[in-house]
Amino acid sequence: MTFQGIIDVVTGIFLVLGAFLSLAAGVGLLRFPDAIARMHATTKPQILGLIFILLAIALQERRLSTILMLATLLLFQMMTAPISAHMIGRAGYRNGVVAEGSLLVDELERAIERAQDEEPDDDPAEPGDDGR
Amino acid sequence: MSGWVFLVVGIMLTAAAALALYRIARGPSILDRMIASDMLLTTIICAMGAEMVYNSHVRTLPAMLVLAATAFLGSVVVARYASRSGHK
Repeated sequence: MTFQGIIDVVTGIFLVLGAFLSLAAGVGLLRFPDAIARMHATTKPQILGLIFILLAIALQERRLSTILMLATLLLFQMMTAPISAHMIGRAGYRNGVVAEGSLLVDELERAIERAQDEEPDDDPAEPGDDGR
Repeated sequence: MSGWVFLVVGIMLTAAAALALYRIARGPSILDRMIASDMLLTTIICAMGAEMVYNSHVRTLPAMLVLAATAFLGSVVVARYASRSGHK
């Protein structure tokens, strides 16, 4: 088997793995009971699946400019995925989408109570200045 | 590279996107829809990457970059809206 043949096989494996993670996320989105569990399922292709696809691209186009662009893409995705996950989880908790029994540790409840004690007039559902 | 790999990849990504669309349509809450649409966008980014490997070009790389950098804005806006309107 030639060098390009080996590269092609590894590329195919990476592509299939990345697509499989996307499919697994879709199935999790369909089957899991509440918003937090669904969020757990959808984060799998968001980072690991994307890493597999980007590795496949990098193996096919082995140039520095392409690989730098792919690294930037992955960096952006890694920086922004936690922001949206944090905001969605926070909003879900305050809307009561999260089932009470599904949480083992609930640190946000105490934090919200503390915030309410400090500022009784403040609307607790308003994220305010800290709600980034 | 043999074509059946791309057939499998295409079927998997299409199924993932279809499941995300089903969850967007079904709900039940706006946050479930937002999670599903986030995942749909990730699937689109992955599909663009797979297409680049299939046709061996890198022209859609900037579009992928922009999508990855701005995908979180929609979730943040919807989450802020939901945490405001949910308190009644």
